[in-house]
Order: sequence, then C-alpha cells, then structure tokens
Amino acid sequence: MKLTVNGEAIEIDAPTLAALLAALDYEGDWLATAVNSDLVHKAKRAEFQLSDGDRIEILSPMQGG
Amino acid sequence: MFELFGTSLPSRLLLGTAQYPSPAILADAVKASGTSVVTVALRREMAGGRAGEKFWSLIRSLGTRILPNTAGCHSVKEAVTTAKMAREVFGTSWIKLEVIGNHDTLQPDVFGLVEAARILCEDGFSVFPYTTDDLVVAERLLEAGCQVLMPWCAPIGSALGPVNMTALRSMRGHFPGVPLIVDAGLGRPSHAATVMELGFDAVLLNTAIAKAADPVSMARAFGKAVDAGREAFCSGMLEPRDVAVPSTPTIGRAVFS
Repeated sequence: MKLTVNGEAIEIDAPTLAALLAALDYEGDWLATAVNSDLVHKAKRAEFQLSDGDRIEILSPMQGG
Repeated sequence: MFELFGTSLPSRLLLGTAQYPSPAILADAVKASGTSVVTVALRREMAGGRAGEKFWSLIRSLGTRILPNTAGCHSVKEAVTTAKMAREVFGTSWIKLEVIGNHDTLQPDVFGLVEAARILCEDGFSVFPYTTDDLVVAERLLEAGCQVLMPWCAPIGSALGPVNMTALRSMRGHFPGVPLIVDAGLGRPSHAATVMELGFDAVLLNTAIAKAADPVSMARAFGKAVDAGREAFCSGMLEPRDVAVPSTPTIGRAVFS
C-alpha cells in the first residue's frame, strides 16, 4: 500500500492507522494523527482503515510562539 | 487579577516557548517572567522520535496554562484540523488561532481567520485570534464567537514595537469590555509598558525574550514592564501639556530684589 506519511511517500502493509504507527515505531500518548487532513482521534486509530494513497500526518508537541 | 475564559491569571504576560538557546533557559525564562500562560505548537514527529515527548514533559513541569497555536497554517482547513489535533494532545480547548495570509509580513488572512474562528467557536474552542488592528475584522471575530482578541502591533518577530498607536487606541476605545492582548511585534520592555499603559489587558511575546543576549533577565524585565504599564493605566496618567507647569509651589516664594 502506498501512503504519504508526514510528507514522505512510503510503501507499507498497514491495514489500520494503529498498525501503521506500530510498524513505524511511533509510540506514546503525546501524538496527534490526521488522515487526509482530518483528525483521527487516538481512540479511533485501531479501527481506522487506511487506503492506498492516504496522506497521514503524525504530530507532536513542539516549541511555539 | 486577570481573567480569561473563567480562569484567573496572576500575570498579564503570555510567553512563547520557541527559539531559546536551550530547554533549561526556556524554563528559567518562564519562571523569571512570572507568566501564567505559555504558547506551544504541533509539528511533525520523526518515526521513532521522542522530541515531542521531551518538550511536552518540560512544558508540563512549568505548571503554567498552555495555549497551543496553529502557527504556519495558511488555510482554514489546516488551522481547524491543527486546532483539533492540539486539543487532543494538550488537553485544552484554548487555541491561539493563526491563519497566515502573507509570507513576507506573516500578517493574518483575516477572511480565513473569521471563518476558522466561527467553526472552532461552534465546536467549543476558546479561540484567541491573532488578528490585525482592524476594527471591522475585530467586530466580525466577536460575531463569530470570539471572547478575546489578539491584535498585532507590528509583524511577528520584527521587534518594531507599536507602529500604529492610533489604531491600538481606537481598538481599546471601541471594545472596552473585551480582553485585548497585543500579540506580535514587541521588541523591548518599554513597548510592552506602552501598550499596557493604553489599557490593553495583556501582551504575548516570544522572540524579544528568546533572542535576547540574556533571555532570563529579559524575561524578568518584560514581566516588570507589563506590571508597571498596567499599574500606570489603572492609576490615571497625566495628559501631556504644551506649557511648563512648575512642580514646586510658587506661593511663599522669597523675593530678593
């Protein structure tokens, strides 16, 4: 499956968003996720089915003004 | 005591957390400033990375309120999604709403700002809109549900200080009951004192402290300036006069000629 994760094109077999995070070694409760520009809540990641071409953003706290 | 969305805040200085020489200096600057609210952002996390976790843990240790921002967003959709992501991560419905409209001046796209503010207010967010000093835009933001306004006084990071005192004065006069926070453009403690003397409720700044040679001392200086400006505003300042007025009483003056 072809996905774009944080702007980078990757090919990976990950049926759900939770599976993708695990496969890419993302962990912790300080992450926020969006698929195709919409928030996917933490509690919904395990059931959220990914499709070919999806754009995923994985964000975390950072310094800001 | 200053109150925002039902929360009492001991300090009228809101502080950004970016560009400090080190996390330790950031923490010391936050303490020295006396601030009650710090701003934070969301950015892409590297696969397997823990940068966000370290920063988040530092911020939580400061014990201040957190005001996440939507910095860098150029569209309504980006800003709204970022706000929702921030609410989930930071556990607060407070959001500093930025919808940037110009790459050079980083001035807000006020049309997108009003639209995003309406969407977020309806969704239960406490929206702090980064806006210009335009009165009509301010009216629209209030109509959209905003309860506080954050006008710039000069472009972000410019350190110019208040470039349009007339507009700021006019804004204060038009919205006497609305908390107004000057956000962006402050360079020196005297700039902060100046806008506080005009009656602005608070200031939000980052670069002027973070990029000072000694950010911790500068944070302390800004904290004092904000307090001084507020106290002066509340004390009723003398209006400028065109003629000299002797301060020493003239009655009882000796005559030697």
